[in-house]
Amino acid sequence: MFDDFLFRALIAGIGIAIVTGPLGCFVVWRRLSFFGDTLAHSALLGVILSISFDINISLSIFAVSSLVALILLRLQNTTNLAGDALLGLLSHSSLAIGLVVLGFLTFIRFDIMGVLFGDILSVNVNDLIIIWAGGAIILFVLWLIWKPLFASTVNYELAEAEGMNPKRVNAIFTILLAALIAISIKMVGLLLITGMLIIPCAMARNLSNNPKQMVVLSIIGGLLSVFVGLYASFEINTSSGPTIVTVAIILFILSLSRIRKKY
Amino acid sequence: MTDNDLLVKVSDAGLYKNGKWLVKGVNLNITKGKIVTLIGPNGSGKTTTAKIALGLYKNIEGTVERLTNKISYVPQKVSIDWTLPVRVIDFMVLTQDLQDQEINDALNLTSVEHLKNNNLRELSGGEFQRVLLARAIAKKPDLLVLDEPVQGVDFTGEVELYALIKKISETLQCGILLISHDLHVVMSATDYVVCLNGHVCCSGTPVAVAQNKEYKELFGEKSSQLLSLYEHEHDHVHDSDGNIVKEAK
Repeated sequence: MFDDFLFRALIAGIGIAIVTGPLGCFVVWRRLSFFGDTLAHSALLGVILSISFDINISLSIFAVSSLVALILLRLQNTTNLAGDALLGLLSHSSLAIGLVVLGFLTFIRFDIMGVLFGDILSVNVNDLIIIWAGGAIILFVLWLIWKPLFASTVNYELAEAEGMNPKRVNAIFTILLAALIAISIKMVGLLLITGMLIIPCAMARNLSNNPKQMVVLSIIGGLLSVFVGLYASFEINTSSGPTIVTVAIILFILSLSRIRKKY
Repeated sequence: MTDNDLLVKVSDAGLYKNGKWLVKGVNLNITKGKIVTLIGPNGSGKTTTAKIALGLYKNIEGTVERLTNKISYVPQKVSIDWTLPVRVIDFMVLTQDLQDQEINDALNLTSVEHLKNNNLRELSGGEFQRVLLARAIAKKPDLLVLDEPVQGVDFTGEVELYALIKKISETLQCGILLISHDLHVVMSATDYVVCLNGHVCCSGTPVAVAQNKEYKELFGEKSSQLLSLYEHEHDHVHDSDGNIVKEAK
């Protein structure tokens, strides 16, 4: 069964959707979507490093994204630049450096489209193990820090005053985000991973009135997008990442008719 | 006052930020079962002082000793983004695990039990303040820091909530640091007043502060009379250590 690339893609997609749901909700709640983008852009550098030095691609992306996240946390303390300017700076400098390094690697055949938009054909059994094991670890850690993370999302100072450690859980959350990007690049691609993170959650927000419900609905939305998107990409021969995200956005538009504007 | 009644000791604390002192030279002690009130004009450093006491600033002058970890905080402003759907019942367990009964009891105390399943964004300003207060007391804290807890609450509600705050300090034997503008209502429940204006301009029992010259300059003769007027309803006052002393009038 694992020989069938469509089946492997489906298993990979299910794993990713289960993780993007809860993580994406925090990205939306904490207004971090541009931050997700920055981490994803820096993943290109990770991919190129992995090819140049022949190291595991997920590991290399995770290392580079985490590094960028840590640089960001550091810059926030040392400069007075606004958050979005800092993110733009990091996002595009890592993208540019990645592309420059790519220019040196003329001897390697390299499918940049696959990195940008995802490539289900390349998902192998190893990737599945990385996605499911990595995803399980991400979810477990998120479960551990859920309460302080949620409290500091609602009100940072309140959480800190009442003995939680918002600074630490924020840093952990950032690392989780880098890990998620590392395991899902192959499936969705670095240009679209933020879409996968936030669109199902945006849809879920329209239909829910409490945090847990929103998390569950965004997982369901993500799963639906994967199922329908993969099937459609197979039938009409389009690339998987963009098709999955397109399905997610269609679900979002449908959810607008049931929006709970009142709250 | 015995030493183990002490909850927070702020010594000579100050905060220098963006080229100016937000507040300077603050000394205050919060002890079990007592209410300390911070008063002062806008920008006088009341919220800053409360946050210093809570340990929310890293680079302060002076020292803060906190002898408890069971702290509840009602910030001056809590804004909930639309993207974050939070019901009252979710908010109650934000930093603590509570039984259903404890949630109901706390909401009942501030008369908002009927709003339990409502979303926070549906609440009016006054209702929201009541929920904030309910969440803070549900935890049964040792130290309760209230930054203008009754803003937006109607007048009868205000009197009720101050009475409730007074009752909580007695039943839970917790120390309360209260920030407020409503001088006349606040004073009825306060054991010790710190009047701020960038520094501690005066402090002491309500009646002592009311007669202080600097206080009169800051708030005007009228509010001084208001406080003294209030004091006539009592047969005793407390000194800074909470002991009963004879009325000075």
